[in-house]
Amino acid sequence: MSKEIVDLIVTGIFQTLLMTVISTVIAYIIGLPYGILLKITTPGDILGNRVVHGILGFIANVFRSIPFLILLVFLIPFTRMITGTSIGTTASIVPLTVGAIPIVARMVEASLNEISPGIVEAATSMGASPFEIVIHFMIPECLPSLLSGAAINIATILGYSAMAGCIGGGGLGAIALNYGYYRYQQDVLWVTVLILIIIVEIFQEGGTLLTKKTRKA
Amino acid sequence: MADEKVLYSLKNVTKIFKSGKSIVKAVDDVSLSIYEGEIFGIIGMSGAGKSTLVRTLNRLEEINDGEIWFDGKNLSGLSTKELRQTRKEIAMIFQHFNLLTQKTVLANVVLPLKLAGVPKKIREAKGMEMLEVVGLAEKAKAYPAQLSGGQKQRVAIARALAMSPKVLLCDEATSALDPKITEEILNLLKKINKELKLTVIIITHEMAVIEKVCDRVGIIDAGKLAELGDVKDIFAKPESKAAKRLILPAITGDNPFDRTDKRCFRIVFDGFSSKEPVISNLVKETGEMVNILSANTRSVGGVGYGQMIVELPKEEARQKVILDYFKSINMEIMEVFETEESE
Ligand SMILES: Nc1ncnc2c1ncn2[C@@H]1O[C@H](COP(=O)(O)OP(=O)(O)OP(=O)(O)O)[C@@H](O)[C@H]1O
Ligand SMILES: [Mg+2]
Repeated sequence: MSKEIVDLIVTGIFQTLLMTVISTVIAYIIGLPYGILLKITTPGDILGNRVVHGILGFIANVFRSIPFLILLVFLIPFTRMITGTSIGTTASIVPLTVGAIPIVARMVEASLNEISPGIVEAATSMGASPFEIVIHFMIPECLPSLLSGAAINIATILGYSAMAGCIGGGGLGAIALNYGYYRYQQDVLWVTVLILIIIVEIFQEGGTLLTKKTRKA
Repeated sequence: MADEKVLYSLKNVTKIFKSGKSIVKAVDDVSLSIYEGEIFGIIGMSGAGKSTLVRTLNRLEEINDGEIWFDGKNLSGLSTKELRQTRKEIAMIFQHFNLLTQKTVLANVVLPLKLAGVPKKIREAKGMEMLEVVGLAEKAKAYPAQLSGGQKQRVAIARALAMSPKVLLCDEATSALDPKITEEILNLLKKINKELKLTVIIITHEMAVIEKVCDRVGIIDAGKLAELGDVKDIFAKPESKAAKRLILPAITGDNPFDRTDKRCFRIVFDGFSSKEPVISNLVKETGEMVNILSANTRSVGGVGYGQMIVELPKEEARQKVILDYFKSINMEIMEVFETEESE
């Protein structure tokens, strides 16, 4: 492999990490409250509301059921509106975030659903408000599960970022496609795939380790 | 009950559950008062509506009819904010403890204080004080998973006490614990009741729990209040079918005696007369003998009580002699029927 390609791969790694991390962070800023709302508006829960829960759930399902590649194309005008361009690393962050929000929301909802109803009942009996129940009871009690969910989500978003590379995004995905597929450079293809596997592995193992460290029972 | 000040007053409280087409009256027209400083028991068979009733006392369950007055306030009339404020005066402990598993013992205990906005230093001092009360100060930094069931319930009690509540509601708080630990927790509740003058309301399906600590008891049967009174009175003379079912030991059909035509009686004696050898006196005085089917003694409201189920001979004349003897020594007697024991 030439030095140019090695440089390219190193840049690709940084771009991939940048896309993944920024998209995940933004997706969590929106997806965490979204997931909390999904959980607490469930009929019978602390702010049970069939209508709100139904609408939130429907929107999440719609975005989740669109294949990510289709969503990428579909969002091009929106991406251009926000970033001024539809190609490159920065542009990729938009569809990645949009695609990740419903995934994050559902993961958060699933984690919070693990809380025993008894704890919520105890909180209510102490006179806690719904907001206090979320902050002081649900999130601390479900923290290990939220963290392991985050590790899974970040790996998923990383995979999506490689896909974003296919339609003009930067990062390792674009390199794999351009050199490995269009120019038949098998070695580049293998190296990028290997690096992607290693990154996913690091995030996943890191997440598992962190989860283990926080979990008290 | 020294000052007889009413803490809870329930008037015709009714709670209905509708699920699909079926309608369950979980609480059916219950009226009763609970006094400051007493330990009040609520007992009933499974599904009788005990949990539902106790959950109406802090409005975890909204009632369909009637009124619940707590400390001069009509609970149903409170706004959401007032209700949250009032709930801080009504502590509750549960069968499964409901502690936060991811927080330390101390963090659990201080949570209500944190919600109330008490500064960290003050709330931790108060939390440690509460852990002292329940005898678990050395476990402050442990996590609930590292504790036994009895210890977890102690932590829950400490958490309940943190806000200096006016009443402590206990829904089957000892049902997940073995008899020895149950006894310890009941003793703790009794101590708290005495020392902190805290009103305690205990829900259970076990008569032993009521006998051990309660001053008064309400017996719930199919949502209705079947009987209400001092524990020792009800124990000595249960009137309702539900009370008898809970108090009388079950007489099963498979005892070695052929009981056809024979009559069984329950005799109750208090701390005084139980010391007297009632049965041997009976033999001495009348020459008659009874067959003891079961006998036990227990402490009810601090007084040693005993009950015995005896079987009388077939002949009516001999039965009369024995019954007359018991009456002559003022023994509390009551006929029991096998059929009444089976559901
Ligand atoms: N949320 C609910 N929805 C529908 N029915 C309910 C609900 N909660 C309780 N019930 C019904 O109300 C009745 C009383 O239930 P409750 O839990 O109060 O009984 P309990 O005396 O506490 O019984 P246990 O000793 O088994 O705890 C039962 O028939 C139960 O099925
Ligand atoms: Mg119950």
